[in-house]
Amino acid sequence: MRALVRTAAATATALALLLTGCGGNDDGDADGKVTLRFQSLAWQKESVDINKQLVKEWNAAHPDVRVEYVQGSWDSVHDQLLTSFEGGEAPDIIHDASDDLADFAYGGYLADLRPLLPDALTDGIPRNSWETATFDGGVYGVPFLQEPRVLIANTKILKESGVRIPTAEKPWSWAEFRRVTEELTGEGRYGVAWPLKEPVSVTLNLGLSAGGELFHRGADGKVTVAMGEGDQVVPGTIHDQVNTDHSAARTALGMGGGDTLPGFFGGKYAMVPLGFSYRQQVVEQAPKGFEWTVLPAPAGRDGLAQGVSPQTLSVAEDSPHKKEAVRFIDFLLKPANMVRLAKGDWMLPTGTEALADPSLHTADRGWATGAALAGSLRSAPAQSVRGYPEWKDKVATPAFQEYYSGAIDAAELRKRLVTDGNRVLARYQR
Amino acid sequence: MSTRTKRSVRAGQYVALLCYLVFLAFPFLWLISTAFKPAPELGSLHPTWIPHHPTLDNFRQAFDEQPLLRATANSLIAALSAGLIAVLIATPMAYVMARHRTRLATAATGWVVVSQAFPFVLLIIPLFLVLKNLHLINTLWGLILVYVVWALPFALWMLVGYVRAVPRELEEAAAVDGAGRLRTLVSVTAPLLAPGIVATALFAFITAWNEFFFALVLLKTPEKQTLPVVLTHFLGAEGAADLGPLAAAAFLATLPSLVLFAVIQRRITGGMLAGAVKN
Repeated sequence: MRALVRTAAATATALALLLTGCGGNDDGDADGKVTLRFQSLAWQKESVDINKQLVKEWNAAHPDVRVEYVQGSWDSVHDQLLTSFEGGEAPDIIHDASDDLADFAYGGYLADLRPLLPDALTDGIPRNSWETATFDGGVYGVPFLQEPRVLIANTKILKESGVRIPTAEKPWSWAEFRRVTEELTGEGRYGVAWPLKEPVSVTLNLGLSAGGELFHRGADGKVTVAMGEGDQVVPGTIHDQVNTDHSAARTALGMGGGDTLPGFFGGKYAMVPLGFSYRQQVVEQAPKGFEWTVLPAPAGRDGLAQGVSPQTLSVAEDSPHKKEAVRFIDFLLKPANMVRLAKGDWMLPTGTEALADPSLHTADRGWATGAALAGSLRSAPAQSVRGYPEWKDKVATPAFQEYYSGAIDAAELRKRLVTDGNRVLARYQR
Repeated sequence: MSTRTKRSVRAGQYVALLCYLVFLAFPFLWLISTAFKPAPELGSLHPTWIPHHPTLDNFRQAFDEQPLLRATANSLIAALSAGLIAVLIATPMAYVMARHRTRLATAATGWVVVSQAFPFVLLIIPLFLVLKNLHLINTLWGLILVYVVWALPFALWMLVGYVRAVPRELEEAAAVDGAGRLRTLVSVTAPLLAPGIVATALFAFITAWNEFFFALVLLKTPEKQTLPVVLTHFLGAEGAADLGPLAAAAFLATLPSLVLFAVIQRRITGGMLAGAVKN
C-alpha cells in the first residue's frame, strides 16, 4: 500500500510539473503581426508536404502575416467546425468540401467572399465550380480541387474480351456499359463492383449524365423531390446489373471504395467505379505487373455530366483578418500552386489555367482521361438543399441500399424517395 | 459425474475459452499483421496472417507523417492525470456514500444515474463555452477537467461497490482494538480497497486514453493534440485510409494500455483474493 501511495504521489508530482507547460497560447497580434490559422484536411503524405511547403513559402514572403498550419481530419471536420464556430474559436482559413458548407453558410459562420476575392482568382475558376460554393447568392468557399468518378479497369481483361474501349470523346452509354459488364462477367469474375457504402451521392452525381435532377426548385424557392425518367437510369442500371444480369458483385454493395481494390487486383472484378484520387491507392497497392487504365464513367442524355463537391477554402465570419486570409487563399491557389496541390491529392484543379498544365494531360495514370472530364463536372445535386442531410441519412440511403440489393422494387424506391422524402424536406422549408 | 464426463466437460470449457480468446484477440492480431505488411500485400485478395515480406516501413511512415511521440505524451499526461484525480475525488466520496446512508448519498447516487443518460454530443457545446470562459480551451488542463468530470460518476459507482464489499466488522474490530478513525481507514480499509482503487483508476485512464471527441473539439493546436485525434489524420474522405501507417500507429497506441494492464493485473487479482479471505 505504501508503495502504491508513493507511486501515486510521484506520478502526481511529475504530472503537475509537466502540466505547468501545458497552458494555452494566444493567436494575438501583440507585435502588430497577424497570425492566421489555416486548418487543412490534407491527409496523404504528398499532399500534406505540399500544403506545409506552401505555408512555409508564404511565411517567408510575408513576415507580417504568419500562417499557422493546423491539421484537421475529413472524418470529423463537420462536428469539430460546428463546435468551434459556436464557441468563436474557429480557424481563420477552413479547408472543407462544398457539400459540407451549406449549414455553415446559412448559419452565418462563414464569410461571404464576394467583396474580398481578387478578380484574377474569380475569373480563373469556371462558373460551374463557383456554383458549388454559392448559397443564397453568397460565395462561401473557393472551390479548388475536384474529382470525377471514373471507371478503373483491368487492362488485360478488357483487351482479352475485345469490347470497345471508351474514351471521353466516345464514352459508353449506360445501356452499352450494362452489356459490356455482362460480357466481362464469367469464370468467377464480375464485370463491375459498385462500392456503394454511401449510395446516395454516387447515384445522384452520376445520375446527372442521364438528365437526372431529382430535386426541383419551384417558383417560390421551395425544393421538392420528383423522380423523372432520367432519375431512373443510373439506379435502374445498377439494380439490374446486380439482380438481373449478375454482372455486378452483390457483396461489393456494402463496401467503401478502397475495399474493392483487393478483388480488383485479384481479377475478381474487371472494373470498379471510383473517385479519380483512388488512383494513388491503386499505384501503391497494385501487385507488380498489374495493368490498369482509367475510363470515363458512362454517358447519358446529358453526356458525361456528373456532380461533384469540390474541396473548398473558406474564411470564418468571426476572423478579424478576412482580407489577409483571402490574400493567403489567393496565394495558395495561384495556378502553379493549384497544380502542385492537385498532383499531391491526385485530383483535378478547378482553375482553368491550372487545368491546362501539360503535366495533367499525360496518358500516364489516367490524368488525361480525368482532365478531359473536367468540363462536364457540375455542382452536386441537392448540396444546397436544406434538409438534404436528413433526407439522405433517413430516407435515401436505406431506400437505395434496399433497392440495389433487390429487397424493394422501383415503385417502392420512388415512393420512399419522393413521398417520404418530401415530408422531410417540407419540415425545413416552412 | 464420471471421470470421463468430467474430462469432456473440461475439454469443452477449454474449447469455449479458446474460441472466446480468439474472438477477443482477432482484431488485435489482424492489426499487428497489417502494421507489418507492405502496401501490395494490403491490397491482396487472399490476405495472410503472417506477412510474406514483413516491413517496418509503415511505422517509419507513421512517425514521419505525424507527431506520434508528442501525441502519446499528451495522451499519457491527460489520461494519467484524469485517472489519478478521479480516484482522489471519488474515493472519499464513495466511502461516505457506502457507509452513511444520508439524503445526500441518495441524491449523489441519483446524480450518477442521471449523468450517464446524456450523450456527450449534447454536452459538447455548453462544455466548450464554459471552458472558453475559464480560458481552458486548447489546454490539457481543460481536457483533464472534462475527463475527470466525465469519469467521476462511474468511478464513484464502482468505488461504492468496492467499499461496500469491505466488511464493516473489520473496521469495528480495529476500533475495539483501539485504532482511531484515521488509523482504521489507513491501515484496515485502504489496503482492502486498493484493488478497487486501482481498477477504478485504470477505468478512468482507459476512458481518457481512448477518448476522441472532446479532444478533437477542445484542442486546437497540433502541439496539444492527443493520440486518438492524430490517428484520424491517417483517414481521408469517403472512408479512404492510409491503412499501413494507420495500423502501425494504432498498434503503438494500444501498447500503453496493454502494458499498464499487464503490470497492474496481478495487484488487482492479489488484492481481491486477500479481501475474499478476510471476508
